[in-house]
Amino acid sequence: MSDDTVFRALADASRRKLLDRLHRRNGQTLGELCRGLDMTRQAVAKHLAILKRANLVSWRREGSERLHFINPVPINDIAERWISKFEYPHLRALSKLKRSLEGKDRE
Amino acid sequence: MNKANQSSFVYVTFIRTTPDKLWSALITADFMKEYWFGCNFKTEWKAGARWELVYPDGRVTDAGEIEEFDPPKQLVLKWRNEFRPELKAEGFARCTISLEPISDAAKLTITHTIDRADSKLIEAVSGGWPQILSNLKSLIETGQVVLTEADRSNGQ
Repeated sequence: MSDDTVFRALADASRRKLLDRLHRRNGQTLGELCRGLDMTRQAVAKHLAILKRANLVSWRREGSERLHFINPVPINDIAERWISKFEYPHLRALSKLKRSLEGKDRE
Repeated sequence: MNKANQSSFVYVTFIRTTPDKLWSALITADFMKEYWFGCNFKTEWKAGARWELVYPDGRVTDAGEIEEFDPPKQLVLKWRNEFRPELKAEGFARCTISLEPISDAAKLTITHTIDRADSKLIEAVSGGWPQILSNLKSLIETGQVVLTEADRSNGQ
């Protein structure tokens, strides 16, 4: 799940449109996402697959159907990469994490 | 049929760690405060136990019951807001936290669902989770880098 994958997935107006539609109403089936779009079902499915690979769309089974959800976590990761550069509290947190994961004997 | 009477979101992140380490990070109070903006879960961490999400000022913002406690795979929480009357009135939502090993990473999935359309509670909690998950990911992954550096200097 590299940043390249996320940027490439976002660099397409049709895919951004699909994300916008999920943002407006989360949890749609492929059929619902196709409704009112100037794209074939196959094209929408292909774009969805790219969005899923980039982890921008998640899904859940509901009976025989698959519901799609927008997953903004990778976009937030990218934002934090440049926004929180100087957040020193993180370093303090890291040393705490190190202790908690490694156990006290490693201190 | 798609459920019109349901509100939900499904957030996914991949963290380069093991499900065991991720699980312990999720339920360790001091560590949780770091990635959850000073908040903390107060609970005994077992099925049937009550849990409370406590803010740094001591206010309980959300609470509920642990429905399923299955380390390091799945944690299911009944979830209700406690301090905004209009959210509390919506009753209980369900938050499912799933961990799954995927090659060298752990896949973390947060699903939050309530049986009502246009839920204000789901809207409210959906804003916070991406930041919490990014915090968690960067803490754990950058932590590993620091850890490796420290290990190296300790060994010399």
